[in-house]
Amino acid sequence: MIQIKDLHKSYHMGSNSLHVLKGINFDVKEGELVSIMGSSGSGKSTLLNILGMLDEADSGSYVLDGVPIKNLNEKIAAQYRNKFLGFIFQSFNLINYKSALDNVAMPLFYQGMKRKERVERAEHYLEKVGLADWSHHLPSELSGGQKQRVAVARALASDPKVLLADEPTGALDSVTSHEVMDLIQGINDEGKTILIVTHENDIAQMTKRIVQLKDGVIIDDSPVKQVRAKEYV
Amino acid sequence: MFNKDRWDEILEALTANKFRTLLTAFGVFWGITILVLLLALTNGLKNGVTASFNNFAANSMFTWTQRASISYKGLPKGRRFNYKLDDIAALKSEFPELKYVSPRNSLGGYRGANNVTRGTNIGAFQIYGDYPEFIEQLPMDILQGRFISHSDIDAKRKVCVIGIDVVAGLYDKGEDVIGTYIKINGVNFMVVGVFKNVNSQGDSEEEANTIFIPFTTFNQAFNYGDRVGWMAITAYDEFSITNLKDRIFSVLKGRHTVHPNDDRAFGHRDISEQFAKVTGLFTILTLVGYFVGALILLSGIIGISNIMLIVVKERTKEIGVRRALGATPWNIRLQILQESLILTILAGMTGVAFAGGVIWLMNYSLEQSGPVENFANPSVGMPVVFTALTILTVSGLLAGMIPANSATKMKPVDALRIE
Repeated sequence: MIQIKDLHKSYHMGSNSLHVLKGINFDVKEGELVSIMGSSGSGKSTLLNILGMLDEADSGSYVLDGVPIKNLNEKIAAQYRNKFLGFIFQSFNLINYKSALDNVAMPLFYQGMKRKERVERAEHYLEKVGLADWSHHLPSELSGGQKQRVAVARALASDPKVLLADEPTGALDSVTSHEVMDLIQGINDEGKTILIVTHENDIAQMTKRIVQLKDGVIIDDSPVKQVRAKEYV
Repeated sequence: MFNKDRWDEILEALTANKFRTLLTAFGVFWGITILVLLLALTNGLKNGVTASFNNFAANSMFTWTQRASISYKGLPKGRRFNYKLDDIAALKSEFPELKYVSPRNSLGGYRGANNVTRGTNIGAFQIYGDYPEFIEQLPMDILQGRFISHSDIDAKRKVCVIGIDVVAGLYDKGEDVIGTYIKINGVNFMVVGVFKNVNSQGDSEEEANTIFIPFTTFNQAFNYGDRVGWMAITAYDEFSITNLKDRIFSVLKGRHTVHPNDDRAFGHRDISEQFAKVTGLFTILTLVGYFVGALILLSGIIGISNIMLIVVKERTKEIGVRRALGATPWNIRLQILQESLILTILAGMTGVAFAGGVIWLMNYSLEQSGPVENFANPSVGMPVVFTALTILTVSGLLAGMIPANSATKMKPVDALRIE
């Protein structure tokens, strides 16, 4: 699903240059649930941003589902993001003046889907994350765990190839963290490829494979025995 | 471009901070209100001043004879002469550019002696002998009956069309006027029509103090032969009477044996020249109105642009999220543009409506308090509303342009990082 070869990325700040990714080689097959771990500054967020086409690598190749991701202009990048990727953020990033339903429907809006169909799909995914009754509530009326579940529903709405989660439990307490991870595991069980950036070991243990990043290189990449989040709930 | 989703998006964004939206909109509202009011006031001034032209067909002139000031072909200096009826026919055949050439004669007038009687009622009125075309040159409202007709002219019928003040002077209230007889200088005339001046401004009272009778009847009844007191000449709209008049006078000089350089032999009043001066003035005033209004509007537009910039800044993260979810830069730009456009147009149209209300109030109080000198019926036409709408659309787009561009300038990854 994802093939990355010799990926480099550096940031320039004035005269200083910060080499963040120093040759990443990394493959993800369909249906995998991968966690990317590393201390802050290890380059894990940068990697996720490049995978999310929010940022571009300086060199190296990135192929997503057979499509080379290279030299995209903003318009194509936006369309690819919409079609291929679902994002889950640490701070949820819901639009605060839109209801849960409208938030979930937003990727579909940018696909140009008809309103009626959009609402149907969004309702379906809200039901999937167990928030059907909350569809008309604003984000401010939801708890943190509920917000992240709305975000998961939103990420799923456009039926993307890959879900990218940047510290999805970073703003949640451990009980709601496990609820959200349970949801993510369920989605993975249905065959969706998911990448999670985290620095919490217990969260990483709930994935099927852990990639350890340090100073811009992968130092460890090994499968783990998945811990089901259900056991904690 | 504007389906329900877009509307929802825009309304959501605009109502997110109602008070600020309102304050921002006020700048444009005020600008357009002042623009429309200035134009309406200019128009009112124009209506008031042009009312003194009595709606006389603008491309016209009056001409009358004076004394020859140069002796010519054995005829002495200071000779009196008159236009004759055959001058009319000659001018008509010589100048196909002329729409109407109406000969006129008159009796009575300002401070004239009593000249009209009906039973025991007596009055001093202005009596005009006219052709039927005259009503095309000086429009008037026929309230009852009709104006003079060509068959009146041909048969030299003793009929007359009288002004409302004549009716007021000679008749009792509610009395039937049509078909009755009045005596003008001892000659009986049947009333066939009653008229009122189109505008009720200025010296209309004097104007309505008038009696029209057929020209031919006038000349026969009052012994004028084929003399013509003066002519009212109107050219077709494509030809300017001001340009034609030199040629007209040279023809008339030839016909009346007047020296070619003797310009003082004929008097004339060129309505079109006077009219052009006045309309020129009002064109300038209208331009000033647009200029001042547009400048005030400009500050409103800058206000909108400014607030949209702030809105974009505030929503940087939201815009980043939208782009992560698949909004193209054009989607974002379009949304900002639409927001500023809708805000501008809504504010502007409210301003137009408000100005409309103020204009209505002005008209209402003018009606209540009676006519004011040189000011009448302040109003703006649909073209002004459309112009305003165009200005608003263009300015709404302009106001949105800079914020829309700044909204997409930041990379999505940086936008998402903003807290």
